[in-house]
Amino acid sequence: MSRTLAAGVGLKPEHYEAALGARAEGLWFEVHPENYMVAGGPRIGWLEAIRSRHPVSLHGVSLSLAGEAEPDAAHLERLAELVRRIQPALISEHLAWSTWNGQYFPDLLPFQRTTAALHRIASNIARTQDALGTEIAIENPSHYLHIDGHEWDEIDFLAELSRRTDCKLLLDINNVYVSSRNLGFSAADWIDRFPQALVGEIHLAGHTADPTLGNALLIDSHDAPIAPEVWQLYQRFIERAGARPTLIERDGNVPAFEELIAEQECAAAELQRASQEATA
Amino acid sequence: MNTPHGAFQQAFAEALFDPSQAIHPTVRALAAQPAFAVYRNTVMRACIDALQANFPTVAQLVDEEWFRAAAALYVAADVPRDGRLLHYGGGFPDFLRGFEPAAELVYLPGVAQLDILWREAHAATDAPAADAVWVAQHTPEQIAGLALAPHPAARWAWFDAQPVFSIWERNRRQGDLGEELNWRGEGALLTRPHDTVNWHEITRAGCAFLDACAGGSSLADAAEHALAADPEADISAVFASLLRTGAFTGTSASSAINERAP
Repeated sequence: MSRTLAAGVGLKPEHYEAALGARAEGLWFEVHPENYMVAGGPRIGWLEAIRSRHPVSLHGVSLSLAGEAEPDAAHLERLAELVRRIQPALISEHLAWSTWNGQYFPDLLPFQRTTAALHRIASNIARTQDALGTEIAIENPSHYLHIDGHEWDEIDFLAELSRRTDCKLLLDINNVYVSSRNLGFSAADWIDRFPQALVGEIHLAGHTADPTLGNALLIDSHDAPIAPEVWQLYQRFIERAGARPTLIERDGNVPAFEELIAEQECAAAELQRASQEATA
Repeated sequence: MNTPHGAFQQAFAEALFDPSQAIHPTVRALAAQPAFAVYRNTVMRACIDALQANFPTVAQLVDEEWFRAAAALYVAADVPRDGRLLHYGGGFPDFLRGFEPAAELVYLPGVAQLDILWREAHAATDAPAADAVWVAQHTPEQIAGLALAPHPAARWAWFDAQPVFSIWERNRRQGDLGEELNWRGEGALLTRPHDTVNWHEITRAGCAFLDACAGGSSLADAAEHALAADPEADISAVFASLLRTGAFTGTSASSAINERAP
């Protein structure tokens, strides 16, 4: 990492030109590598152009690390090729599965946190890091279901994965908030327990209430501005942990670039405050 | 994979499309929770959104509700194979061909195929295209003996009975949809010599010429192939127009000359 990453923004094709010209201090961009696994053409050309001006993070959604099977070798090779081409500042994936038996289900699906799952996922992370030649960060997903059969608490599970593989953790604060509301736990307590030293990146995003169940079921929809409760949890975490590269994620109802930059500036201001307090 | 987690994944994956049939005890309990619908909806919506993005011309020709209903049936029959949703929908033209409610829209599968070809051209390997300057460096005898490879981004298709290219092209460029269509067979050629995908109407002889080149034939053999497809074809005009559109790559030129020139 040659430059300090402050607050970044998820990169959308409609914002390529604006992103290329953006000049905010510490700004970086994140993409799903799956969208750039192409042989050539203008799409990868744009990413390379943006990479020539800004740090880029690759945030995978389909390695299916929590699956029974090893990560697909061809997919891993395509990811490694993109890593060589883009030289990302950060690489991350999710504590979830999405492929099974040669089929891909575009979501981050849940599993039972058993010791067997821990062994399997640690092995999948290690295999991925070996293939890429670098560490990755693992993100806590959003939860919707009460699942019987967990043998591990989620934070302990993530910390143990990091201990075994030297992976970093990606703390998605909106996912914590959404999960806390859906499953009924204290998001603040959860954030306070999270092993801050392992956090390599933070995600912030918006959520929506389920159209039929309302506030009883929050959906991690990434299609709205970041909620005030999520900003508060973010402040709470970085006050304790200090500054970490922080991403503004927006995948639906994508607004003008300036609107995302306004959220990026809020996060950047929080990061600056956290850094100043740390040195004061 | 007959492990407990493998069985869980299998049952969960099946329940995404039919939660009422879940027999795996853990998955049955999950599928009975109202929030299970979040996963079902997210997976289905992401797949349908991908199809709508990948088949913009098909989506434009039918109304959105119709498109999304047809897409949902396709998703249930053929879910994505990997995380590259950009490539999803390879079986969609065939699905439309057998889709009874689309029976009257006979051109729709062909339009879907052109949407696929556009995506392939857009994401193909970049390479310099052979042009007239390149040709001028060779004698006619050299050229006849060359095996000229189609450019990596070149895609072409011939449609026997319908003006599929005209329908696709007018909708792509939001052109005059009222203009009368000449109901005949048509060919389409998509090229991307640089950043932008271009499209051109192409003759049956042009398609045959490119088919032969893709199979490794020399230009002389490709010309014969084209004449077999259309004995009236003006081969030098066919070749000139293919060259002008960037349908060939010029990269292997020098080695080809060394090997093949008399």
